[in-house]
Amino acid sequence: MNKENNQVLLEIKDLHKEYDTRAVLDGIHLSVHKGEVIVVLGPSGCGKSTLLRCLNGLETIQGGDIEFYGKSLTGPNVNWQETRQKIGMVFQNYDLFPHMTVIENILLGPIKVQKREKKEVMEQAAQLLEKVGLLDRKDAYPRQLSGGQKQRIAIVRALCMNPEIMLFDEVTAALDPEMVREVLDVILGLAKQGMTMVIVTHEMGFAQAVADKIVFIDAGKICEISEPEEFFTNPKTERAQQFLNIFQF
Amino acid sequence: MQNLGVNVLFEGTTIQRLLEGLLVTAGIAFLSIIIGSLLGIGMGLLRTSQSKTIQFICRLYLEVFRIIPILVWLFIVYFGVPSALDIHLDGEIVAVIVFSLWGAAEMGDIVRGALESLPKHQIESGKAIGLSFWGLYRYVLIPQAVRRMLPGAINLSTRMVKTTSLVVMIGVIDVVKIGQQIIERSVIKVPTASFWVYGLIFILYFIICYPLSKLSKKLEAKWEN
Repeated sequence: MNKENNQVLLEIKDLHKEYDTRAVLDGIHLSVHKGEVIVVLGPSGCGKSTLLRCLNGLETIQGGDIEFYGKSLTGPNVNWQETRQKIGMVFQNYDLFPHMTVIENILLGPIKVQKREKKEVMEQAAQLLEKVGLLDRKDAYPRQLSGGQKQRIAIVRALCMNPEIMLFDEVTAALDPEMVREVLDVILGLAKQGMTMVIVTHEMGFAQAVADKIVFIDAGKICEISEPEEFFTNPKTERAQQFLNIFQF
Repeated sequence: MQNLGVNVLFEGTTIQRLLEGLLVTAGIAFLSIIIGSLLGIGMGLLRTSQSKTIQFICRLYLEVFRIIPILVWLFIVYFGVPSALDIHLDGEIVAVIVFSLWGAAEMGDIVRGALESLPKHQIESGKAIGLSFWGLYRYVLIPQAVRRMLPGAINLSTRMVKTTSLVVMIGVIDVVKIGQQIIERSVIKVPTASFWVYGLIFILYFIICYPLSKLSKKLEAKWEN
């Protein structure tokens, strides 16, 4: 199915990001269509995580523009509180709030930020928890959960805000290898339901399985945008080829 | 029968007077801890502000209270300020003002330390679910910071209770002053009066401060689980 014809959700235009004077993102152009799953690959420090953080306003940008539904997300007048409700994000570190139970973690945003009815949110949270197989842990505290469970809860917490798009920033990088699968399965399930996602990962097999489009970034620039099949079997650029070779023994 | 010195405590209204004095001490300390903590939380939030000017002013405020002895502060506010402004301030009120301001400075430092010790991704994940600045502090940062600042805050509270004994110097009749009065009255009859009276005061301070440290241990244990 070609999702290129779908509505454009996010449009990144000539994005520049610098730390001090060092360019981290150097002219990124990318459109994210509704329902599309984009996997961003690249060597460590290439700027892929920074790109995601820019999309959620956690980094200020030095040039270019990001548009969400055609509305600019740059400048001082952006209402990030409102935008972030539509752009969900899950981080590498287990970022649950340690002083709240699982269900309190999930309800915080919908009830306090979105002012929704507790009963309605509870039902949605229960459904989502059921789906990730953790309904029975809803009253547990984060420290009582494994890393993989925490990440699945973090995903549910983001989903319960009913976002239009989800950003995943190396969500399995800090996990025990045995727990990677359970988290990736959840994300794969989301892809099947048509969730729009931008995923940064180092799991190549997963990237190939989940992506509609692979975006390969090196040194702050997009080197290559390809279909996953093509990228993994026959990358267009030499840099991408070198990168892929690292993962082969 | 030999006169036991301990009897000095049970003569007349001795114990009642000491307890009244204790009430003055505890009242000043309690009020100051409450006011100081509230101001201190505000101070702590200000100290995590990005603005260098605000940071500098708050830092200066803290250092001024650390460098100048509390006794001197009591004198400044009790003798200095009223004479400059031509007003009269009660010793008790002066004590509450000075101890609250001191408490605010120290508590601000404790709150700042606790807030800064929280992992940065807690802030980011709070932002990521759309929390506002205040929502972030109210639901995510402060509840976690409170747990971390508790030992320091309780320690500060017991220090404040103990330091209230300085209020004698600005004419407040607290538990120590009443003890001195009782000793002066009875020391000729009972040479060991100071031992017994100060001994009792020792126990009274312990009775105020011990539950505080017990409480902090309890809360810490509760939040562990």
